[in-house]
Amino acid sequence: MLKEDCASELKVSSVDWTSSALHLCSPRSLAHEGISHLAKSLPLPSSVTRPRIDLIMFVVNLHSKYSLRNVEESLHHVDATFFLGKVGFLATGAGRESHCSVHRNTVVKLAHTYRSPLLFCDLEVEGFRATMAQRLVRMLQICAGHVPGLSALNLLSLLRSSENPSLEDL
Amino acid sequence: MDSCDTPESTPRQRASSRLKDYFIGATPLQKRLESVRRQTSFVPTPPRRKIPQCSQLQEDVDPQKVAFLLHKQWTLYSLTPLYKFSYTNLKEYSKLLGAFIAAEKQKGLAVEVGEDFNIKVIFSALLGMKGTQRDPEAFLVQILSKSQLPSENREGKVLWTGWFCCIFGDSLLETVSEDFTCLPLFLANGAETNTAMIGTWFQKTFDCYFSPLAINAYNLSWMAAMWTACKMDHYMATTEFLWSVPCSPQRLDISYAIHPEDAKALWDSVHKTPGEVTQEEVDLFMDCLYSHFHRHFKIHLSATRLVRVSTSVASAHTDGKIKILCHKYLIGVLAYLTELAIFQIE
Repeated sequence: MLKEDCASELKVSSVDWTSSALHLCSPRSLAHEGISHLAKSLPLPSSVTRPRIDLIMFVVNLHSKYSLRNVEESLHHVDATFFLGKVGFLATGAGRESHCSVHRNTVVKLAHTYRSPLLFCDLEVEGFRATMAQRLVRMLQICAGHVPGLSALNLLSLLRSSENPSLEDL
Repeated sequence: MDSCDTPESTPRQRASSRLKDYFIGATPLQKRLESVRRQTSFVPTPPRRKIPQCSQLQEDVDPQKVAFLLHKQWTLYSLTPLYKFSYTNLKEYSKLLGAFIAAEKQKGLAVEVGEDFNIKVIFSALLGMKGTQRDPEAFLVQILSKSQLPSENREGKVLWTGWFCCIFGDSLLETVSEDFTCLPLFLANGAETNTAMIGTWFQKTFDCYFSPLAINAYNLSWMAAMWTACKMDHYMATTEFLWSVPCSPQRLDISYAIHPEDAKALWDSVHKTPGEVTQEEVDLFMDCLYSHFHRHFKIHLSATRLVRVSTSVASAHTDGKIKILCHKYLIGVLAYLTELAIFQIE
């Protein structure tokens, strides 16, 4: 479970492989406290009150086609406004090529279709997890509006690499 | 990446065709860079592969000569191109390798109980094991035990077999220079110690590199679809899949056997484009199996890892083990394996 840490550092201790979505919410307070929720699929139950959601990271496990299907199903439940920089994809398991059931290109195409950034990280490796957690916290800060002068939409256009052709070029 | 005839080609297509013209007559290194650049095109196109058919060249292959290749379990390796390998020196290579193995065995590195030190190594060319005329000839290495008894002067029994081949290896062939022989697929049957010794000799002599070829679940599902798509007169074996469920403390294996005609019927209902297999068809074929299983057992097979696929054409295990059962589609199976080997080398 992703745990919160007051120094705005996400400590990841173990991740459930069947889970495919996690939400990161951040209150408007200046304490920079990041809270993360882990969910297996969307939609979330509406009975619970929760703070505003600033960033949704969909975790796809390349070893399991089931996680890809789950993510595809959950994507339908996401409000369109989130796709302006508040959604990202995280593909894990690419390091162990022999265990992969999902081709890398499938997730690349998925991220491309939803115009959202795709990050690769082997969440099983301790060092990579810590680095990715720091990166996600930074993204979260930007998406929550805590970084002056940079919005989620700015971040999205910066993350889009120059090799990636936009729709008009296809 | 095709040449642009239409005036409304995009800037990207025009740039790549200019690039292509520049590379005609380029050095092998430039060709190699170009092919790598081509592969990293950011818009991924879904792969389409041809269903294995009886190729023209295969008609020339004598089924008796290649019968020893069938029904044997082969361990797969990918091999980088061999430097200054010559087909005319096969006898010399036999002698050198024989001497090397004898020396290694005397060093005590690979001693097995009751082993006969009289070993004979034979290099021979395997005619007809190629996809196109451009492919280099396949060759075979065998270790035979020489009989100790003077009365028997026949060949002893085969202790170890290994063969090198290249089927439709065009993408690799066009990027290497004349001195290299490209035989990216290596198949070995026999004791692991022998494989290691022979691998060492080849690596020292021809400056190449072996690496074990693992087949991941994605490629196994492609193989399952392609081999089910092959037309067979009669089916020798049931179509069987094996999944490994990652759970602690013990690994759980799920085996799913289907009657081959049912599998073929399922494939025919999914198959649209004649003669070709597409990614969507493979996914749909596997999804049908998964949903059928889920309906009965409430287990999501898509969350597990496909480890073994077994059909009447061939059977493959994720550790890189293959057994080919049908001589008609031998070239087709090897073509896909060559593709995987080339991908691993690159």
